[in-house]
Amino acid sequence: MLKVANLVKRFGGFTAVNDVSFEVDQGEIVGLIGPNGSGKSTIFNMLAGTFPPTSGSIRFEGRELAGMMPHRIIHLGIGRTFQIPRPFRRLSILENTAVAGFYGQSHADRAGAWSAARDALDLVGLPTDPDSRVDTLGAAGLKKLELAKALATRPRLLLADESLGGLDDAEMDQAAVMLRRIREEMGITIIWVEHIMGVLMRVVDRVMVLDHGELIAEGAPSGVARDPKVIEVYLGRGADDASEAARRGAGQPA
Amino acid sequence: MALAIAGVLVVAAIVGLPPYPLHIMIVILIWAFTYTGWSLMGRFGLVSLGHGAFMGIGAYVTALLWNYGGLTPWLGIPVALACAVLLAVVVGYPCFRFRITGHYFALVTLALSEVVRQTIIATRDHTGGSLGFTPTPKGNDDTPSIIALQFDEKETWFVIAIVVWLAGLAIWRLVDRSMIRYALDAISEDEDSAAAAGINVTREKLKITMISAVMTALGGALYMQYQLFISPDTVSGIAISLQIVFAVVTGGIFVQLGPTFGAVITLLLAEILRVQIGTDAVGLDNAIYGIALVLFIIFLPKGILGSLIDRFATRRG
Ligand SMILES: Nc1ncnc2c1ncn2[C@@H]1O[C@H](COP(=O)(O)OP(=O)(O)OP(=O)(O)O)[C@@H](O)[C@H]1O
Ligand SMILES: [Mg+2]
Repeated sequence: MLKVANLVKRFGGFTAVNDVSFEVDQGEIVGLIGPNGSGKSTIFNMLAGTFPPTSGSIRFEGRELAGMMPHRIIHLGIGRTFQIPRPFRRLSILENTAVAGFYGQSHADRAGAWSAARDALDLVGLPTDPDSRVDTLGAAGLKKLELAKALATRPRLLLADESLGGLDDAEMDQAAVMLRRIREEMGITIIWVEHIMGVLMRVVDRVMVLDHGELIAEGAPSGVARDPKVIEVYLGRGADDASEAARRGAGQPA
Repeated sequence: MALAIAGVLVVAAIVGLPPYPLHIMIVILIWAFTYTGWSLMGRFGLVSLGHGAFMGIGAYVTALLWNYGGLTPWLGIPVALACAVLLAVVVGYPCFRFRITGHYFALVTLALSEVVRQTIIATRDHTGGSLGFTPTPKGNDDTPSIIALQFDEKETWFVIAIVVWLAGLAIWRLVDRSMIRYALDAISEDEDSAAAAGINVTREKLKITMISAVMTALGGALYMQYQLFISPDTVSGIAISLQIVFAVVTGGIFVQLGPTFGAVITLLLAEILRVQIGTDAVGLDNAIYGIALVLFIIFLPKGILGSLIDRFATRRG
C-alpha cells in the first residue's frame, strides 16, 4: 500500500531523516518508535505533504506523493494527526470535524460531511452537538479531536502521531483500544508514532525503530524489544524512557 | 433587518427627500457595498490594503471604454470586473501559494494600490492623470440614459444603490452560511492544519479574493457612473484603501451590517467635518479616522455594531 524508499530530509545542514526505506501493507498497524527528535514527526510531515522530502520516493497505492500538495494527498486517502493538536479554535468541535469531512473527501456533499463528522466524533467519544466548544477539551480531548478530524476525511491509511506523553495510563489504554477499533471496524491501515514503547507494543503488528533519523530495527514487537541496538537506544537515553518501557511491559505479546 | 432598513429608505425616497440627503444616502450605500466586499476578506484575516486598486480598475476601465470605445457600461462594467478578477489572481496566487500572510500580505497589497494609482497618473494622456476624468455625458449624442447608465434623477440612483447594497449583504450571508466560511476560518488560524483537513488553501483564498475584488470594482464603477467624475485619489491609491479598512473596523468586521454601519458613521463624520470646518481642514477627517482606528483596534476590536450586538446578546443570555 505504502512504499517509502531512501527518504531524506535535511534542515539546513542538519539531517533529520537519513535514507529511510520501509513498506506498509494494507490492513496493518505499524508502530514507529524512537526517542525524542529521532525524526518520526518529520517522516509524517513528508508523507502528508506538509513539506517535501529533500530526496527519496513515497509511493501510495502506486502514486508518487513526494512534492504533492498536502490537500491532494489527503484526497488520495491518507489522514494524519498532529502530535501537538492543531484544532481550529474559532470553530466548534463539530464544525472542526465537518470541515475535514467536507474538504477532506474528494467528492463530499454537505450532508455527507456532517454525517461523517458525527460518525467520527461518536467513534472517538466526543460530543456531537453543534455548540460544544474546543476550549472545553483537555489534552486527551484535543487528541481525540485530532483523530476525529483525520477520520472524517475517510482515509484508507491513517498517520497517527500520538506520542501519548501527557496522558495518564487509563487515557493511553483508551487511545490504544481506539486505534485497534479503527483498524478492525473501519479497515483502516495505521502507522502509529510513539516515543515510548509501552502500550504501543501490545497493539501493533510490526514495529520500526528510528534513531537519529535512521531505521535501526524492524520486526515483531517481541523481537524488537529484545534487540540490543534498541535496548541500547532506550537505555542509553535517560532513565525515564527505559523505566517507562519496563514498567509498561514492553514486548509482551498482545 | 437589512430588508426593513431598505423598506424604510425606499418609502422615504418616494415620499420625497430633498436632493442633499438623498445624495448622501446614495454615496453611503455604494460605499457600504464596497466595504462589505472588503470585509469578506478582512473577516478571515486577509487584510488587504490594495482594494483601492480594484476600485480604480472598476471605475477607470468602465469610463475609458465608454469614452474611447463607445462601449456601454452594461458591457464595460463586466469587462472591468474581469480585469479586476485577473489582477486579483495575478497578485493573489503567488501570495497564497507561497504563504505570504498577515503583515506581509498587507504590504504587498499596499504596493498594489499605489501601482494602480501611479499607472493612472502616468497614462495621463488618456486618463487625465491627477486632474481626473469625466465620462462623456449622454446628452452629447442623444444616447438614451439606460444605455449610458447615466440618470438625471437621484431617485433612480437611489433605487440602484439600494439593490446593489442588498445584493452585497446577500453575498455576505451566502458566504457566511456556506462551507467556505469554515474553510477560511480554519485557514486563518492554521494553514498546515487546514491543508491536513484536505482544504486547498490557495484555491479557497483565491475564491474569496475574487469575489471581494469583483464587488469592490463594481463599487468603483457605480461610484463613477453616479458622480460622473473620478480622479486617482477618489477611487484608487493608499488613501482609499485605508479609508475602506478604517470604515469596516469602525463598524464591525464580523457582522453582516458592520461595514454598512461603518460607512454611515465615517462618511457622515467626513461630511460634517467638511461642512463645519470647511476646506481649512482638508485631511482632518483622515487624521480623525487614523486616531479612531487605533482606538477601535485597542478598545473595540469587534467594531461598534459588533460590540453592541455582543452586549445585547449577553444581556439576553
Ligand atoms: N521545521 C524544522 N526545521 C528545523 N529542524 C526541524 C524542523 N522540524 C524538525 N526539526 C528537527 O528534526 C529533528 C527531528 O524532529 P521530529 O519532530 O521529527 O522528531 P520526533 O521523532 O517526532 O520527536 P518527538 O518524539 O519529540 O516527537 C529534531 O532534531 C528537530 O529539532
Ligand atoms: Mg514528533
